[in-house]
Amino acid sequence: MERIPILKMGDNLLVTIQVDMHDRLAMNLQDDLTNRISAEGSRGVLIDISALDMVDSFIGRTLGDIAAIASVLDAVTVLVGMRPAVAITLVELGLSLTGVRTALDVEKGMALIRRSIATEAPDALAEG
Amino acid sequence: MLLQKADVLPLRSDEDVVRARHAVRDRAAKLGFSLIDQTKMVTAASELARNTVLHGGGGEVTIEVLRHDERIGLRLTFEDHGPGIPDVELALRDGYSTGTGLGLGLSGSRRLMNEFEIRSAPGEGTRVCVTRWK
Repeated sequence: MERIPILKMGDNLLVTIQVDMHDRLAMNLQDDLTNRISAEGSRGVLIDISALDMVDSFIGRTLGDIAAIASVLDAVTVLVGMRPAVAITLVELGLSLTGVRTALDVEKGMALIRRSIATEAPDALAEG
Repeated sequence: MLLQKADVLPLRSDEDVVRARHAVRDRAAKLGFSLIDQTKMVTAASELARNTVLHGGGGEVTIEVLRHDERIGLRLTFEDHGPGIPDVELALRDGYSTGTGLGLGLSGSRRLMNEFEIRSAPGEGTRVCVTRWK
């Protein structure tokens, strides 16, 4: 079955979507990422969508669901590289991707993941 | 006025939805639509093609190039012979969904295109015709 590769980089997972995803492929990515986060104990998930020339409501919802599931599994998701035309279209479509953290590129996305994990840590200690 | 021969593509599977997106992107790019307009049309096509596959039980999309006075337009017509939509007004509202989606397919694609026409009758199927002008 067709799959989108997931790379492990230390505590984080990196996904670069380079194909025009049909719905099943997007669902497979959601399942695969969920399993990998759980198996590896990942803290961050970075999804690079710079190669995507459109994000419709299904793909948008799947990305939002991935971020929500990752959050429940104690991982931070950052979406990077959204093209301007895609961003304009998404908002006009009515999808604002609230709850999904975004960054302009991979480097800024990794920095955001590191910061998010660092700011969460003191809370965890205080509560524990 | 209709220019060029229309393309008709089947819509039966997830892969057909992707093929329809590519066909719309190709046509829109060749006609010289801006990148933002192309993206809006491809996204609307994806929403409507998915509706045809999921809710209409499959059907087809017709892609046509129009000329009206000096303006060029791209018209997409999605047709199925599925169960139809009992209440079209309701289905056009943001957030209306029969269960699996976000309910942005119809209302969202209406915002992304210049013209939007829908005809549906229970038991007879649904026909959605959208146009964007350059």
